[in-house]
Amino acid sequence: MRLLIIEDDRDAADYLVKAFREVGHVADHAADGEEGLALALDGGYDVLIVDRMLPKLDGLAVIGRLRAKHVTTPALILSALGAVDDRVRGLRAGGDDYLPKPYSFSELLARVEVLARRLVGRGEETQYRVADLELDRLSHRVVRGKEEILLQPREFRLLEYLMKHAGQVVTRTMLLENVWDYHFDPQTNVIDVHISRLRSKIDKGFAQPLLHTVRGAGYMIRDGAR
Amino acid sequence: MTALGKLLRTTAFQLTLVYLVVFALFAAFLLGYFAFNTRRLINEQIVGIVDAELQLLQVQYNQAGVRRLVGIVDVRSRRPGSSLYLVTTPTGEGLAGNVGSLEPGILESEGWVETAYRRLEEPESAEHNALVRVSRLPGGIRILVGRDLDERERMFHIVTLAGRWSVAIVIVLGVIGGVFVSRRVLKRVDAMTGTAQTIMAGDLSGRLSVIGSGDEFDRLALNLNGMLERIESLMRGLKEVTDNIAHDLKTPLTRLRNRCEAALRAANTETNYRRVLEETIEESDGLIRTFDALLMIARAESGEVREGMAEFDVADVARDVSELYEPLAEDKGLTLEVQAKQHAAVKGNRELVSQALANLVDNAIKYAAPAAKEPSGAVNGERCGILVKADAEQDRVVLTVSDRGPGIPQGDRSRVLDRFVRLEQSRSLPGSGLGLSLVSAVARLHGGELKLEDNAPGLRACISLPRVAMPPQQAA
Repeated sequence: MRLLIIEDDRDAADYLVKAFREVGHVADHAADGEEGLALALDGGYDVLIVDRMLPKLDGLAVIGRLRAKHVTTPALILSALGAVDDRVRGLRAGGDDYLPKPYSFSELLARVEVLARRLVGRGEETQYRVADLELDRLSHRVVRGKEEILLQPREFRLLEYLMKHAGQVVTRTMLLENVWDYHFDPQTNVIDVHISRLRSKIDKGFAQPLLHTVRGAGYMIRDGAR
Repeated sequence: MTALGKLLRTTAFQLTLVYLVVFALFAAFLLGYFAFNTRRLINEQIVGIVDAELQLLQVQYNQAGVRRLVGIVDVRSRRPGSSLYLVTTPTGEGLAGNVGSLEPGILESEGWVETAYRRLEEPESAEHNALVRVSRLPGGIRILVGRDLDERERMFHIVTLAGRWSVAIVIVLGVIGGVFVSRRVLKRVDAMTGTAQTIMAGDLSGRLSVIGSGDEFDRLALNLNGMLERIESLMRGLKEVTDNIAHDLKTPLTRLRNRCEAALRAANTETNYRRVLEETIEESDGLIRTFDALLMIARAESGEVREGMAEFDVADVARDVSELYEPLAEDKGLTLEVQAKQHAAVKGNRELVSQALANLVDNAIKYAAPAAKEPSGAVNGERCGILVKADAEQDRVVLTVSDRGPGIPQGDRSRVLDRFVRLEQSRSLPGSGLGLSLVSAVARLHGGELKLEDNAPGLRACISLPRVAMPPQQAA
């Protein structure tokens, strides 16, 4: 995956470039809005990581100009302004995701990978399948092997989101945002309990576990056999 | 700026000047008009008298000839007064009259004319002006009848003089009045400026003086005082937050630093380093959470989020939040029940109200859970239940979270709403001491309040918010 990081803080950018390289991605760096815009227009990137406050050209303006020129490369906005209305403004300007600072790298990585995958257009499928687990988005039926699994509506949406991003790490915040539509951080980790309930329904009694916990990052549904 | 310069620059003085100029022009115009009309009136009178006399003389001449005319003119010429007469032969020799000399050529043409003249008995130098009419009688005799204009000029002079004086007096009085008014205004403005300067110098407790006359200065002062009041309370809040942050973030920061230092000094294996680093990340995450909570409270308290408010159903929020926490409650051996059937609309920030309710439910689970594990508490399942309720009252919507935990002693109930306050018995449990502060701030942002009550046993926390009447089409 090729990434462009538009960030004026040299230390933060160096850290990100290095961290992305370590996990096997290619990352370029632009130190201001104009340079970032020029590089992004050249194309060839899978995801843009754009800081909100940039010298010369503000992060939202960079995304706005890209979108005006019909460049649809997914963009993730990084910002020290974390409140809900700032997030809304960022997404309205054409950003695809928003991550308030300070963030953990695993959270950023998970989101970037989800954004990159969005290109493939998996979200439009009506059926998801991981190993012998099948989820039908139209009939709301979940089947593992030959057995039908009965889920609560919220559990269904949780599984749907996890399966949509099968093979990718999904963080707790991403689940809260996309399954519950909450943008705050609950004091206790309520998500863990929901996950363990879901796990007991889909994995219990099967030799091959599908729902995995990724330490320090989040969760992943994946076909362990592959 | 000199005192005079300051005075001259006041709006009041400049306004006075403008009025003064307008008024003086108006007065001058009025007096000019008056003078002009006086002059015209006098002219008309002269014309009337002269015409009548000339007609009379013509009649006499026509009836009795030149001798009679000369006789009458002689008599009339000798009477005192301002009338002028002159009768001449066709060649210009004087036959009778009281005019000594005229401007040359006056007698050549008939009709009205204004001319300089001298009376017969007067010395060379004495020249006057007169309005005269020359007429040619049958037989070539010329006759001039006129009237001295001194009277008219005197009258005109008197009127213009009076006019000039009155304009001068208007200007002088106007300037004095302007100075007087401006000084009064300036005095009050100076007093306000003085107070404003002490406030700018850092004394936020200063207030503008209000005289009580209810004039525009009083109104301005009252409004500015209200503004200062608000600024002062915001500043106080800000200072409190800063103090708290300084005090309560320093402790975990010190812990963080000490741990790293100790690791550098003592840890020798990779496992040890790893463990310390993991703890450090955990601690930083806690710090970030505390910081986020503080910022959120500050935003709620400043009313900054007020613009993005919309109507939403609180019963929905109660159901959603309960649904989020239900598995956690069950995990801890508690039941979580929701009673939110009735539609209850509130105008506000859904996200913040959700977070506030989540904090209350989170607290309820946290504090009631240990009680549920005790044998005495676990005997009766009902006793350990948490109840989340959304009630729509007449004009309020009340969100209630009741638990069967240890509760909060009466005396501590208002104190726990302050930032970073944690009661002795809860220090062992995780938490920042900011949860209830946020709930309280969110309630106040929405024009409501947070009340903590005794649930005998346990705690009952109620957020009451102003209710919005839903439009009928959405009520269903």
